[in-house]
Amino acid sequence: MAEPLLALDRVTKSFGALRVTDEVSLDISKGELHALIGPNGAGKTSLINQLSGSFASDSGRIVFDGEDVTDLPMHARARRGLVRSFQVTSILPRFTALENVALAAQSRFGSSARFFGNAARESRLNEGAMEALAELGLAERAHRFAGTLSHGEKRRLELAIALALQPKLLLLDEPMAGAGASESEALVGTLSALKGGCTILLVEHDMQAVFALADRISVLVNGGVIATGTPDEVRSDAQVRSAYLGEAG
Amino acid sequence: MRGIAVPMDSTSPTATEPSRALVPVLLFAALALAPLLGAFGAERYVLALLTRCAIFAIAALGLDLALGCGGLVSFGHAAFIGIGGYAAGILTANGIDDGILLLFVALAASGLFALATGAISLKTRGVHFIMITLAFGQMAYFVANSLKAYGGDDGLTLANRASFFGHDLLADNRAFYYLSLAMLLAVYLFARAVLRSRFGRVLRGAKENETRMAAIGFNPYPFRLTAYVISGMMAGVAGFLLAEQSEFVSPAFMTWQRSGDLIIMVMLGGMASLDGAILGAVFVVLTEELLSGFTEHWRVIFGPFLVLVVLFARGGLLGILTGRRHG
Amino acid sequence: MSTALLAVQTLNGLQLGVILFLIAAGLTLVFGVMDFINLAHGVQYMLGAYFAVTAYGLTQSFPLALALAIGASLLVGLILEAAIFRHLYGRDHLDQVLATFGIILFLNEAARMTFGANALSLSMPDALSGSLRLMPGLLYPVYRLVVIGAGIGVGVLLYVLVNHTRVGMLVRAGASNAPMVSALGVDIGRLFMIVFGVGAMLAGFAGALVAPIFAVEPNMGDNLLILAFVVIVIGGIGSVRGAFVASLLVGLVDTLGRSFASDVLRGVLSSSAANQAGPALASTLIYVLMAAVLFFKPAGLFPARA
Repeated sequence: MAEPLLALDRVTKSFGALRVTDEVSLDISKGELHALIGPNGAGKTSLINQLSGSFASDSGRIVFDGEDVTDLPMHARARRGLVRSFQVTSILPRFTALENVALAAQSRFGSSARFFGNAARESRLNEGAMEALAELGLAERAHRFAGTLSHGEKRRLELAIALALQPKLLLLDEPMAGAGASESEALVGTLSALKGGCTILLVEHDMQAVFALADRISVLVNGGVIATGTPDEVRSDAQVRSAYLGEAG
Repeated sequence: MRGIAVPMDSTSPTATEPSRALVPVLLFAALALAPLLGAFGAERYVLALLTRCAIFAIAALGLDLALGCGGLVSFGHAAFIGIGGYAAGILTANGIDDGILLLFVALAASGLFALATGAISLKTRGVHFIMITLAFGQMAYFVANSLKAYGGDDGLTLANRASFFGHDLLADNRAFYYLSLAMLLAVYLFARAVLRSRFGRVLRGAKENETRMAAIGFNPYPFRLTAYVISGMMAGVAGFLLAEQSEFVSPAFMTWQRSGDLIIMVMLGGMASLDGAILGAVFVVLTEELLSGFTEHWRVIFGPFLVLVVLFARGGLLGILTGRRHG
Repeated sequence: MSTALLAVQTLNGLQLGVILFLIAAGLTLVFGVMDFINLAHGVQYMLGAYFAVTAYGLTQSFPLALALAIGASLLVGLILEAAIFRHLYGRDHLDQVLATFGIILFLNEAARMTFGANALSLSMPDALSGSLRLMPGLLYPVYRLVVIGAGIGVGVLLYVLVNHTRVGMLVRAGASNAPMVSALGVDIGRLFMIVFGVGAMLAGFAGALVAPIFAVEPNMGDNLLILAFVVIVIGGIGSVRGAFVASLLVGLVDTLGRSFASDVLRGVLSSSAANQAGPALASTLIYVLMAAVLFFKPAGLFPARA
C-alpha cells in the first residue's frame, strides 16, 4: 500500500484530568474520503484541532505528506496543504465574500509582502476566488459583506475559502452543522463532486451523508479509535454497534 | 478586541460612498487654504498652529495604521515622536543639519526602536500588549531624561533648523507648513496604498479574525511587526518635524500622557479610518489651543468631553459628520 | 556601599513597595474581575492625599484625617463607578482607556484649580515623627516604618478577605471566570461595585498615608499609576498575591537600582561611563523586568486565570 497522506501515531491530548484524545493512531490514504464519527464528546473536534494545529498534542506524532508536522503551528500546516474548516463558522465578517476567498488565493500564491496595488482589484486573485464561490453557488453574493450572509451561505463560504486553498487534505468539521435539509443535500452533492480530487477527513453527525460519501469510516469513542473500515465493515462491527449505535439510539 | 472598528470602507468595493470619498479631498483642501487665515493678522501664530496640526496628524496616521487597522493598541507611540525629535536634535547639536540626512536618521532610529520593541511586544496579546508598549515608551522617556550631554530632563535646543540642499528652506514658516502638509499628504497616500495592498489586507484580516487567517496559512506576526515598524517610523517623521518646528526637543515629547493624546486623536476621529485620524489630530490640537486660550484649566472641560464621546458618540467625529453610527 | 545604606535603601524599597501594593491591589482586582482598564486609579491616590490634607485642616487630628480621607475616597469611587465605569464594562479596552484618561485630565486639573499647583504637605503626628535606631549607625524614621507596617497589615487583611470570605471567594471566581460567576446567579453588578469601592478606598488610603512624607500635588498619581500597572502585569492580572509579591519586587528593584546602579556598573565600565549609564539603567530597570517577565511568563508570575 502506498504511503498514507496523513499518519497519526498515538496522538494524545489532555485538558487537566480529561483525556480528550487517547493514543489515536490513524492512516488516511491519498484520494479517499475518510469519515470520522462518534458520539458527542468523543474527541472528534479535538482531534481536528490537533491535526490542524489549533492546539498542540501532548504526545504522539503527526506525519503529513511525508513530513513530521507535530510541532508546526496552524498557519504552517495550512501552507503545506493541510486545511481545515470550522464547526462554528469562522469568517471575516467585515470583508466581502469575494475578499474572504481571495485572501485564501493570496495565501496560496504566497506573496503578501506587497505594499502597493489594490489587492481587491487583482484579477489573478479574484478569478480563482470567483470560481470557488461559483462552485458553491455563492457567485451572486460575492460583493456582499460576509457578515450579512445567511447561516447556510456562511457555511458554504467557509467551504469555498478552504477550497480556494486547493488543499491536499481537507479537514471538514461538521460542514452540515445547522444547515437545513436542502442545504445539506446540496453540500453532499458538492462533497461527492470533490471526492477523488482532494483527500477529505470528514467529521459529521449526519449518518446518511457519511455512509453515502465515505470510502472509509473511523469510529472514535472516548478519545480512542475503536474501529476503522469501509462503511459496510463499520456497520457490521459488533463493538461499534454496542458502543456507538447503541448510544445514538 | 471587541466592538468599535469601522469597516475599511475605502478598500471595499461595495461600500465606497461618495460622501466618504470627498472627506479627504475637503480635508486637504482646507488645510492647504488655511494659511490664508493669516491674512487677518497673526500669520506667524496661525502657521505655527497649523503646522502642529499637520505634524500631529502624521503621528496619528502612524498610530492609526497600527491601532485602527492592525488592532495593535500601542500606548507608547510618543516614544517614536521623541526618538525622531532627538535624532534631529542630537545631530544638529553635533553640527549636522542636512534635512535629508536628519530625516533619514530619524526614520532609521524610530524604525529600529519599533523593530526591537515590536518584536518583543507582539509576542503578547490584548491588555498585555498595551502595558508592554507603555513600558517601552517609559523606558525611552527615562533614557532621554538621563541624556545629560543633550540636556537631560531640560531638553535640548536646536541651534538652527535643518537645511535642504544647502538652502535654509525651513526658516520660512510658510514653507515649513507646506513641507509638513506635503509630508502629511505623502504619509496619507502611502498609508492608503498599504491598506488596500495585499499586505494591508492580511493585516486587516488578522485584526478581524486571527484564527481564520492562520487557518488559511497566514502567520500574523510578521505582518503586524512590519505594520508596527511603519507606524513607528511615521511617528518618527512627526517627531523630526516637531523638533525642527519648535527648534527644541525634550523628554516631554515622549511622556505616556502624550501617547494617550495620540490614542485620543485616533479614536476621536473614528478608528481605522485614515481620514478620521487626520481629523482627530486637527480637532485635538485646535481644541486644546482654543480652550487654553479661554482658560488655563482647559482640561477640566476636555476631560469630561472625552468621557461623553466614549459614552455617547461611538463612531468618533467621522461617525458624527457622516451620520453613521455603529457599535 | 555600606551595610547601613543598603539597609536604609531596602527599607525605602519596601515602603515604596507597600504603597504600590495598596494601589495595585484595587487595580488588579478591577482588571481581573471586570476586565476593565482603569487609568483613573492613580488619581484616586492623589485625591486620597488631598482629602487627608483637607480633613486635617478641618479637624487638626491625624487619625481623623486618615479616616475621613478613606471615607471620602470610597465615596468618590462609588460615584465614579455608578456614573461612568458601570457603563463601560464589557466595552472595548480602548473605550475604557479613553474615558478614564478623560477622568484623569479632569480630576488632575480640578485638583490644581482647587488646591493650586504647588505641593502641599501634611504634618506628621508628633508621636510618629521621631526616628528609631535599628542598628548601630542606622536611624530610620518611625513614620516610614509605620507605613511599611500598615501596608503589610492591609495586605494580610486583604489576603484573609479574598481567601476566607464569601465575597472574596466570588472575587476570586470572578477573576478566573467572570461569565461563569454571573451565570451562577450572583449579582455581578453589586460585586463589581464592592470591588471598585474597595479598590478606590485602598488607593485613597495609600495617598493619605504618604501625605506626610511625599509632596501632595495634582499629578502625583500619574507616575504611580504606571508603576502599579507594571506591578499587576508582573504579578499576574487579577491576583492579589501576585500584586503583593510584584509590588515589593518593583519597589525594591527600583529603589535599590537608583541607589546602586552606578556603583555596580563601575565594576564593568569606566567611572564616567558608569555615571552616565547608571541613572538611565536604574530608571528603566523595572520596565526591563516587566518585559522579561512578559516574555518568559506572559500571564505574569501568579496567573489568576487558568
